[in-house]
Amino acid sequence: MSFPWANHYEPKHPLMKWVDERLPLPRFVYNAVGGGYPVPRNLNYFWNFGVLAGAALAIQIVTGIVLAMHFHSDAGDAFNSVNGTIMRDVNAGWFLRYAHANGASAFLAVVYIHMFRGLYYGSYKAPREMVWLLGVVIFLLMMATAFMGYVLPWGQMSFWGAQVITGFFSAIPVVGEWIRVWLLGGYAPDDASLTRFFSLHYLLPFVIAGVIVLHIWALHIPGSSNPTGVDVKSEQDTVPFHPYYTAKDGFGLGVFLLLFALMVFFFPNALGDPDNYIPANPLTTPAEIKPEWYFWPFYAILRSFTADFILPAKLWGVLAMFSSILVLFFLPWLDTSPVRSANYRPAYRAFFWILVLDVLLLGYVGGQPVTPMNAMLGQFAAAWYFLHFLVILPIIALMEKPRPLPNSITEAVLSKHGGSRMSESALSGSATAAE
Amino acid sequence: MATLDDGVPSDHTAGHDDLENPRRRDYLQFAAVAVAGVGVGVVALPLINSMNPSADVLAQSTTDVDLAAITPGMAIKTQFRKQPLFVRNLTPAEIAAAEAVDVSSLRDPQALKDRTKPGKENWLITLGVCTHLGCVPLGAGEGENRGPFGGYFCPCHGSAYDTAARIRQGPAPKNLTVPPYTFTSDTTVTVG
Repeated sequence: MSFPWANHYEPKHPLMKWVDERLPLPRFVYNAVGGGYPVPRNLNYFWNFGVLAGAALAIQIVTGIVLAMHFHSDAGDAFNSVNGTIMRDVNAGWFLRYAHANGASAFLAVVYIHMFRGLYYGSYKAPREMVWLLGVVIFLLMMATAFMGYVLPWGQMSFWGAQVITGFFSAIPVVGEWIRVWLLGGYAPDDASLTRFFSLHYLLPFVIAGVIVLHIWALHIPGSSNPTGVDVKSEQDTVPFHPYYTAKDGFGLGVFLLLFALMVFFFPNALGDPDNYIPANPLTTPAEIKPEWYFWPFYAILRSFTADFILPAKLWGVLAMFSSILVLFFLPWLDTSPVRSANYRPAYRAFFWILVLDVLLLGYVGGQPVTPMNAMLGQFAAAWYFLHFLVILPIIALMEKPRPLPNSITEAVLSKHGGSRMSESALSGSATAAE
Repeated sequence: MATLDDGVPSDHTAGHDDLENPRRRDYLQFAAVAVAGVGVGVVALPLINSMNPSADVLAQSTTDVDLAAITPGMAIKTQFRKQPLFVRNLTPAEIAAAEAVDVSSLRDPQALKDRTKPGKENWLITLGVCTHLGCVPLGAGEGENRGPFGGYFCPCHGSAYDTAARIRQGPAPKNLTVPPYTFTSDTTVTVG
């Protein structure tokens, strides 16, 4: 998007002029992430996480391409090529492998924060519904990519993860078993499954990159949202993306890379399952199958159906797990409140934090063995998850009395810094400060 | 094409029909799209089909098992089509326990005799694949937990099977699958 006051790209060097007339790619970049993109002046550090997700994807693609040069996608040799060749023999192979494994966790972690940022500040609301929908598509693609990547080292948890996840499809009535066998290319995970997972694991990150381009394109039509949720009204509400947010994102990126390096160099196996250092054995199931941490909430929802009710419990579990993500596609129409930011929605803000705790509880339960106590906690938390989106959100949108919004981003920014003398631009009845 | 039609003067006889019936040539579009659609389908089919089990995977479709060394109460784990296969020699007490159950009360109602061969009721041959999400249940190996019903117990999500490998408790919807098999002699079976 361009607000009328956006800076214009004016190449000075004759070569850049020559390029601009033939392929205006530098102009495109300038308008997308350069000085030509006006952004609200009040973005906080939660707005860093989109850029951090892009950086994490770049780390995954670069380390992944190099790892693929050393990996054997053969059921007899995959485990050894990862844990032997790459970890011991390839120069800096251990670094690439640990960076890639922890990079997946880092990517999912920043994306979860990015999504909760969107939930808190109502970034999914009109006119940014398409940004949100494309984001959910990216999330689904990430889940598929992360799962297939986890299968590649062909350890015990890789193998049994593949068995359990492809087993979801056998819950589909009539054709389910046929789909499962088709996905695996056999009756159990084996060479055919490993090779096709490798092929798709290499493909999907590039699909993700493509959808990210659409995600940013859709974002740039209305422009970025901001912590007040109030629309940009004038030039004083915005600053150019470059240098203001390139600098702020650059700082955030530095902090992110420090934490990432801490994981890679000092705790490379902290998030992994030790069972995956045992080679895949089709005849022995590990005592406890569990996915990586980023799937625990969904795993808890899957396991929370223990009794048949019209449909088999297994089908309910699978449907609920997929629905827990599909419900996000309907979010822009479930939350009908015109106020975007939770800072001005006291009831929504309380329920937002309850949802955060609920998802953390689901994550805890999903990472624990099944006990009657955990099963009950999981059922309660899973029920609350759906209740939040399907019942609570529509109701509070109708009942809640939002706090008064600032008249403009600038007014909110200045009043926050005690600049009462500056707020003559504010209209009457707007004494309320932003949080 | 549109430019050509637009350019034809209205009093020109050749263009007259087109102007009165501007949709007259739609069938050309429909036919072209239909042929292209069929073409895409014909090309997609082998691509999709190539992901089905290949001939070398299907070729591992029978397994011979020697029963001579399996004493009553014992079970072995072997492989059938790369999946675990449980072969268990039931004790008389286990057979009695399986037959004592009211079949109509079961989630997947089957009697022991429906799941074994006539006269060989002590040989319980099933896939070792939990019908919930495909884990290998415990109980076929020496000293493994056989669960509350004395058959098999799946550690993943707590499904318990009885001595006829029928689902009795937990999330699994079906009994353990009995693969097709035949006794080739008193002590050997061919599965598949």
